[in-house]
Amino acid sequence: MKPAPFEYFDPRTVDEAVALLETHGDDAKVLAGGQSLVPMLALRVARPAVVIDVNRVAGLDGLRQDGATLSVGALVRQRALERWAPERAPLLGTAIRHVGHAAIRARGTVAGSIAHADPASELPALLLCLDGSVVARSRRGTRTIAASEFFQGPLTTALAADELVTETRWTLPPAHAGWGFREMARRQGDFALVGVAAVVTIARGVVASARVVIFGAAPTPLRARETERALTGQAATATVLADAAQRATAGLDAVSDIHAPAAYRVSVTRTLAARALADAAARARETA
Amino acid sequence: MTSRTVRLRVNGVIHAVTVEPRRTLADVLREDLALTGTHVGCEHGVCGACTVLWDGEPVRACLLFAIQLDGASLTTVEGLADGDRLHPIQEAFWAAHGLQCGFCTPGILLTAKALLDENPQPDEQEIREAIGGNLCRCTGYHFIVDAIAAAARRRTSS
Repeated sequence: MKPAPFEYFDPRTVDEAVALLETHGDDAKVLAGGQSLVPMLALRVARPAVVIDVNRVAGLDGLRQDGATLSVGALVRQRALERWAPERAPLLGTAIRHVGHAAIRARGTVAGSIAHADPASELPALLLCLDGSVVARSRRGTRTIAASEFFQGPLTTALAADELVTETRWTLPPAHAGWGFREMARRQGDFALVGVAAVVTIARGVVASARVVIFGAAPTPLRARETERALTGQAATATVLADAAQRATAGLDAVSDIHAPAAYRVSVTRTLAARALADAAARARETA
Repeated sequence: MTSRTVRLRVNGVIHAVTVEPRRTLADVLREDLALTGTHVGCEHGVCGACTVLWDGEPVRACLLFAIQLDGASLTTVEGLADGDRLHPIQEAFWAAHGLQCGFCTPGILLTAKALLDENPQPDEQEIREAIGGNLCRCTGYHFIVDAIAAAARRRTSS
């Protein structure tokens, strides 16, 4: 189908963009890469009166690393992060190849995928796993929203109608940390049925820290806190890892839908958690 | 809704077109510029038939509004051949039977071109990953993969 008619604005500055959002708020949608919004317009699932195209807004295309903090401007395409990450942030570099296809990632933005907040998409889960945050601007000011607060439900976030995402921030794990990323999708590039991202550090054979996130199983990506607790301070043995993986679905009220029943999601999540943790432990470099 | 005039460079030729905001690039290419080689399948970014190149990167023409593209430089399937001489990727598809009905072919050719421009010697897995976003309901993909591999071999040997 064709999108319904809309009024189109293409502001050149963040100030202009947030002024438009203040005026049009609930009647407006922000257009960045358009890989989620435009299908919704075509299917008329979304029918905003106003589309605010931010692609020509200056100053939103920066990709900067400052120590452990990676700042990704709101217009950085997924493809740009994919090209930047493999050497510097291998978890991101590996996981981002599961986001759609090359033609989707060429236009799709990192921030757009996060603001869209599909529960089965990879980037929101990674933002949570890498203790990230979202920087949002409005006429009222700028605020930073932690990933743990940002995702509130399927396609629902803490962003207000007058707020524009200007940047996402990620905490890159230290070089000695191990990581694992596993997802189950019917075909390459499809949305995941479920997936797991894990970052583990090991010192003197003992797990010093663990951060494990599951996605696709619930309305938002979730920390697998029982798994993290079962690992931290324990020897990184195969038994401990396998036991911790079984706890990845503790307390989980898994989603059932046309793609998979809840019990299947629970079962696959545990299996993927075991594999992701085994990968992470194998990649972790010992520190003294 | 307010129409605007935008300038698009398509296959090296500059066109000025006046568009209302909701008109997709795919429709403008086909209807305003009569470049009907860009096919429209699903019209919501899933099938890949409308894939074109923007500054050499593959993009879905059904997920872009032409109004966004003032000044953009695009390549469509019509821009691949040099007069009557097929592009080497097109020739490889012809030689390897990489198409049957041809509906998905323009999008796959351009996806393959972008792949080979960035990665001149992809392995089979990389080829399959690259065309993962292009649906073909005829071939079963094997001959498409063969054709892209053959085009890669030819390019590196010449």
